[in-house]
Amino acid sequence: MATLRDILRKIEAVKKTKQITKAMNMVAAARLRSTQGRMESFEPYATKFAEVLGNLSSGMDPEIHPLLVKKDEIKKTELLHFTSDRGLCGSFNSNTINMAEKWVKDQQQNDRDYGLTLVGRKGRDYFRRRGANITTSHIQIYEQVDISFVNKMTREFTDRYLDEGVDEVYMIYTRFFSLGKQEPTLVKLIPIEPPESEGSAKGPAAEYLCEPSAEELLIELLPKHISVQIYNAFLQNEVSENAARMAAMDNATKNCSEMIEDLTLVFNKVRQAAITAELMDIVGGAEAIKKA
Amino acid sequence: MAKLFLEVVTPDKVLVSQEVDSVVAPGSLGEFGVLPGHISFLSGIVPGELRYSDGADRESMLVTTGFAEVSNDKVSILVDAAEKAGEIDLGRANQAIERARGRLEKNRHDENIDLSRAEAAVERAVVRVKIAEKLI
Repeated sequence: MATLRDILRKIEAVKKTKQITKAMNMVAAARLRSTQGRMESFEPYATKFAEVLGNLSSGMDPEIHPLLVKKDEIKKTELLHFTSDRGLCGSFNSNTINMAEKWVKDQQQNDRDYGLTLVGRKGRDYFRRRGANITTSHIQIYEQVDISFVNKMTREFTDRYLDEGVDEVYMIYTRFFSLGKQEPTLVKLIPIEPPESEGSAKGPAAEYLCEPSAEELLIELLPKHISVQIYNAFLQNEVSENAARMAAMDNATKNCSEMIEDLTLVFNKVRQAAITAELMDIVGGAEAIKKA
Repeated sequence: MAKLFLEVVTPDKVLVSQEVDSVVAPGSLGEFGVLPGHISFLSGIVPGELRYSDGADRESMLVTTGFAEVSNDKVSILVDAAEKAGEIDLGRANQAIERARGRLEKNRHDENIDLSRAEAAVERAVVRVKIAEKLI
């Protein structure tokens, strides 16, 4: 049986852990607020962009730009995968890694060559240990990502698609639905499937005067469309990570409280038992003296 | 008099969202002006100066690449980055020119550097200084 001192020490240790998880919970909450703000301020841009692109591409012949053309034979694919740089965020990383792993198996089964572009330390470590084909990896960039960085990434992908025989580009990121729900999502980046226009098939040419021509504008906008999607993934992934961490730390704090309660109960029982044993000793001794 | 509603949106934030009388923007085929009652219109935007006026107020701002949409007296300008003229730091903008030029010179013979992009950086920096100087 554990001694009083052992139990006391254990209680102290759990109390300290609880303080740490509580602090981490609050840090995650603060980060969540700021990243959520950034996500919300990107929304008007993304919405407007999708609207214009949808209008423009409806009724347009996909042949006008190679990024729109599906290749007949898929031999080589590329995946852009988002994980977090730090752990302690529950099943956040394992969920998205599972999905990526499944994607990789899929490619292997279909005899396709694949490459991985990894964002986040957790994913990089995981796939490096397993010797997967990593094209590039970026770690600790969430804080510095801006649209020009994303544009550069887009250029790399489009170059690989157009010149280096990559036939399809996918992306897996964790989409943020609500504080309680974040889910890994697989999106096909290239070839581009333009968003559906909402206002039926009016046709862009009839509605807009375009400068330069509608085709040229569309060609300019397509790479931007990829950038918008990637940037959106960056933001969503970051928000999801913080939400997942907040939930995980909240759970941990709760578990600590429970553990402290249980341990205190054990502590009191042991203390009571010790007192009883001592009393029995004294009473027994006194009886013995009386008899003598 | 009819008014236009102008929105300047970047990925980071909505920079301008207000009623104006007229807008002049740097389109990819040259500068274009928009007044109320304009036909539905789409254009690319190149780095340059965007001007708009509301009554006696005149504002000028720097925009980078993107595009503009005009429909039903609503002007939406979506660009990668934008700065209001009053917010440009002239000293830093001048330094940026020097930096961009230096990089261009140093790497003129380096094939790995995309020259057209380096030149675009210089041009952007120059535009920024021009706009800032005009204001002072």
